[in-house]
Amino acid sequence: MFKLFKYLKGYVLQSILGPLFKMTEATFELIVPVVMAKIIDEGIKNGEKHFIFVMGAVLVLLGLLGLACSLTAQYFAAKASMGFGTALRKDLYHHINTFSHNEIDHIGTSTLVTRMTSDINQAQTGVNMFLRLFLRSPFIVIGAVIAAFLINVKLTLIFVIASPVLGLIIYLVMSYSIPRYTKIQKKVDRVSLLTRENLVGVRVIRAFSRQDEEICEFKDNADNLMKTQIIVGRISALLNPATYVVVNAAILAIIWFGGVTVNVGDLTQGEVIALVNYMSQILLALVALANLIVILTKASACSVRINEIFKMKSSVTDENNAEVKQTDRENSVVFKNVSFRYNMGGDYALSGLDFTAKKGQTIGIIGGTGSGKSTLISLIPRFYDATEGEILVDGVNVKEYPFTQLRDKIAVVPQKAVLFKGTVRDNMKWGKADATDEEINKALEIAQAKDFIEEKPDGLDTMIMQNGRNLSGGQRQRLTIARAIVKKSEILILDDSASALDYETDAKLRKAIANEIKGLTVFIVSQRAAAVRNADKILVLDDGKIIGEGTHRELLRNCPFYKEICLTQLTKEEVMRDEK
Amino acid sequence: MKSRKKTEERSVLMRILSFTKPYSAYIVFTMIFALISVALTLYAPILTGDAIDLIIEKGKVDFAGIIPILIKFAVTVVITALAQWLMNLCTNKLTYMTVRDIREQAFEKIQRVPLKFIDSQGQGDILSRMITDVEQVSDGLLMGFTQLFSGIVTIFGTIGFMLSINVKITLIVVVITPLSLFVASFIAKRTFNMFKIQSETRGEMTSLIEEMVGNQKVVKAFSYEDDAEEKFDVINKKLQECGVKALFYSALTNPSTRFINGLVYSGVGVFGAISAIGGNISVGQLSCFLSYANQYTKPFNEISGVITELQSAFASAKRIFEIIDAKEQTPDAENAVELEKADGRVELKDVKFYYDPKIPLIEDLNLKVMPGQRIAIVGPTGCGKTTIINLLMRFYDVVGGEISVSGYPVKEITRDSLRGNYGMVLQETWLKTGTVFENIAYGKPDATMEEVEAAAKAAHCHGFIKRLPKGYDTVLSDEGENISQGQKQLLCIARVMLCLPPMLILDEATSSIDTRTEILIQQAFDRMMEGRTCFIVAHRLSTIRGADCILVMDKGHVIEKGTHEELLEKGGFYAKIYNSQFAV
Repeated sequence: MFKLFKYLKGYVLQSILGPLFKMTEATFELIVPVVMAKIIDEGIKNGEKHFIFVMGAVLVLLGLLGLACSLTAQYFAAKASMGFGTALRKDLYHHINTFSHNEIDHIGTSTLVTRMTSDINQAQTGVNMFLRLFLRSPFIVIGAVIAAFLINVKLTLIFVIASPVLGLIIYLVMSYSIPRYTKIQKKVDRVSLLTRENLVGVRVIRAFSRQDEEICEFKDNADNLMKTQIIVGRISALLNPATYVVVNAAILAIIWFGGVTVNVGDLTQGEVIALVNYMSQILLALVALANLIVILTKASACSVRINEIFKMKSSVTDENNAEVKQTDRENSVVFKNVSFRYNMGGDYALSGLDFTAKKGQTIGIIGGTGSGKSTLISLIPRFYDATEGEILVDGVNVKEYPFTQLRDKIAVVPQKAVLFKGTVRDNMKWGKADATDEEINKALEIAQAKDFIEEKPDGLDTMIMQNGRNLSGGQRQRLTIARAIVKKSEILILDDSASALDYETDAKLRKAIANEIKGLTVFIVSQRAAAVRNADKILVLDDGKIIGEGTHRELLRNCPFYKEICLTQLTKEEVMRDEK
Repeated sequence: MKSRKKTEERSVLMRILSFTKPYSAYIVFTMIFALISVALTLYAPILTGDAIDLIIEKGKVDFAGIIPILIKFAVTVVITALAQWLMNLCTNKLTYMTVRDIREQAFEKIQRVPLKFIDSQGQGDILSRMITDVEQVSDGLLMGFTQLFSGIVTIFGTIGFMLSINVKITLIVVVITPLSLFVASFIAKRTFNMFKIQSETRGEMTSLIEEMVGNQKVVKAFSYEDDAEEKFDVINKKLQECGVKALFYSALTNPSTRFINGLVYSGVGVFGAISAIGGNISVGQLSCFLSYANQYTKPFNEISGVITELQSAFASAKRIFEIIDAKEQTPDAENAVELEKADGRVELKDVKFYYDPKIPLIEDLNLKVMPGQRIAIVGPTGCGKTTIINLLMRFYDVVGGEISVSGYPVKEITRDSLRGNYGMVLQETWLKTGTVFENIAYGKPDATMEEVEAAAKAAHCHGFIKRLPKGYDTVLSDEGENISQGQKQLLCIARVMLCLPPMLILDEATSSIDTRTEILIQQAFDRMMEGRTCFIVAHRLSTIRGADCILVMDKGHVIEKGTHEELLEKGGFYAKIYNSQFAV
């Protein structure tokens, strides 16, 4: 938690003044019982109505001053904590943007989203409450004890005993229940998980007629949750009664010993009442503190999670890389004995890859799931760093490029067709910020997306909903392809990105790319033999190794694995024909 | 309008109360303990006041009088504490048990409603009702039970006690206090708008983050980081501005009500003191009044909070009851047949079906499937292939015509036994959170390790399962995120392999399994399909070629029907998509 306090930097004044004003307010509150004691001891005893009115006015004034201080404190706390949240959010987002795919795979994007949103919000609330209340409660407790001390030294002993006992009770109850609340939360999560699972899997569950078993399992979990809730509730329900008993025991003591002291003349009746009041104030302050601790515990758990992200450093950086000049005019991409594994201990996902893609060539990559196709192509834009060997783009090792220069050369169409909220035009401009409508339309045409966009009443201004919900899978894929084409890069990577297209459109698309864009180096990753068979070179991947390299015909002749794939997808006659 | 809302709220309340019926003893106890604790809490200041009255000044302290008062005081305090604790225990039990019952009923209902309900309502919506709304009801009930009743009792109790001491001073308290309610509601109304703006901005922020961080890989690919950060900054700034306002204004309530509390306190102090001079009340009674004044505004402030909380709990409860009240699927006919083992005959006679009467989908579909035949269903994505599965599995009932299996119309067969005769592998691979073993044995929970291993071997997943950290005992978490999509699919196949029912439904089951494994699976399937009727929804033409009959679907309709050769000859839609594969 404290590590994050640096984000209060621009708000030092507010962070200091806030609590100070809060303490001033508390001071006013502490004066109230003294004034009341004066009203009783002097006003009533001597029958001075005027004095009573003056003191009454003082009370109202104290209230007003307190209100003013408290509002000021509140404003400063709001300012500072929102400033804190804003700065933290900005910084965290920037930090996340430096991550390579490695880190993103490791943490998972959904976690990152929660850290960015609810965790930061919690931390922000924590800071706000901290500034508002954290100093106030102890201050009131101490202030009340001091006030008691000023009234009567001996009776202060009651305060000195009661306050720690109260503190201890609160501490015990909370240290019992807070960790158990996380346990409860886990059980709540489990119940939620079961619910979600059952909704998503409703067809399978009914197909296997497992409804009754699912209900049983759910009931077990719901019961279990309830029992834990009740048990934990039993202890936390002790808090109020226990503190009530202690405070009243103290009041009892104050009255008794107060009586004794009054009898000897060291104390007045009004002062006894003041002492009783102070005792109640201590209780209120400690209860507020207990609530605050709950909030702070949550906030500090959140800040631990946020700090975890900050601690994580990108494993792939372009620091100190200056603009490079291309040194190879013939070859676009060269892999030299490249091996790769996702994490140090793990198996190699790719091993010993060697191949060259000449400028303007189309390279097909075929292989099964987990054979390393996607991994291979994500090394080219340096989403990951090769573990061994080197990758050259235009003759220069990718590690020597600044990210923007390297990635400007390459357009990637990812497997998952992702579009962003905004118009079609906005999405197309991702590739090239200053793309004209003409360029966009051309790209849409090549990507076979022009027709359906033109059919829309708003054309390029058609709004795309989040995740492209208002489009079909095939439409989304074609738009992501168009987006990459708009970029006018030197290298185009299609990572199994036509899977939702029917064969006809897929074929037209490939034809258009080949005919319309000259000099482009294309990588086509696919499981369909038809998609790669016209490539200049096909790489057959199996278990991270290249087990075949050549044209469709060459591979049919000398790569049995490739032939096997083709036989399952094409007719025997076709394969025979191609082989000749 | 407003009165309708009122009656609606009342009926929701009655409904909630009906859920608490089994625990009505707890309600009674809650009320009794609340009454005891409130009454005694209010009685304690009177006792302290009495005691203080006996402490006048030097030499004038009546110890003999104080002792019995203090003893009474001590007993009162202990009983109060006890009553408070017991009340808390009762409300805890009451709330958590009621909420559990609501949860369970909703969950049971989900298992019994027709699929149509889930499909049309949307999973996300049902989910949020069953999770978020239930939580809301739980919070609302707990708060309502603990604070509403005791709050009301406290307010009236205090007034009663105060009146019994002094009417005039009581009036001061009663007149000034509502001011705090007024101020609180005034602030609440003002802040509502700011909170609305804040939560809208927050929503904007969240969706941006979800979009950008969720698709970080695409952002990277297009070097869009800086642009994204710019967009982010704009919203972040906006959030900061409206956040400060919302936070500040909402934080006004506390100091303001505290100030009014202070006013009440001063008023009581001044007028109490003056009455004391006139001898109308004693100093002890004044001190008693002062402590009432301190605690009197508290329940007022709390109750307004409780009421808001209860209102949203009611709204949530209403949404949950909509699920609990959903119509269940028609039960199996009384004389329904328990179909032990289907012979594999399936017949569709004049089948008519639609989801929405305005959009007729399947009309007069006739199909006679003999045991062991393979039926392929083909067509572009979204053509309605799943509709056929819905009908075969009887997830939906036909609107007209009849489907029969083994010569029995499906309506005369129990659903469980009908579905048990189909082995289904869907495109959306669904696995339970549980071990690999439990998942494969899902259709046959009493399967032995040998059987499960055999099925896994047949589906070619034994190898990768062995490589998992704990083999068959590895827990697949969160819908199986720790294994790949292809591996999930293999597990789903193994799950069917274990049961080996006489009929199979395969929904593009092999689409994300690598080609090599697919070949092996194809072989396993061929073995499995031997003598089994099989419906295959597939993109791969190679799988379709061998089918005995092909149903070609488009936009929800079955547009062509026949064997591969017949359809090619016909030169229709099928011929077009078939030929296009070999274009270029």
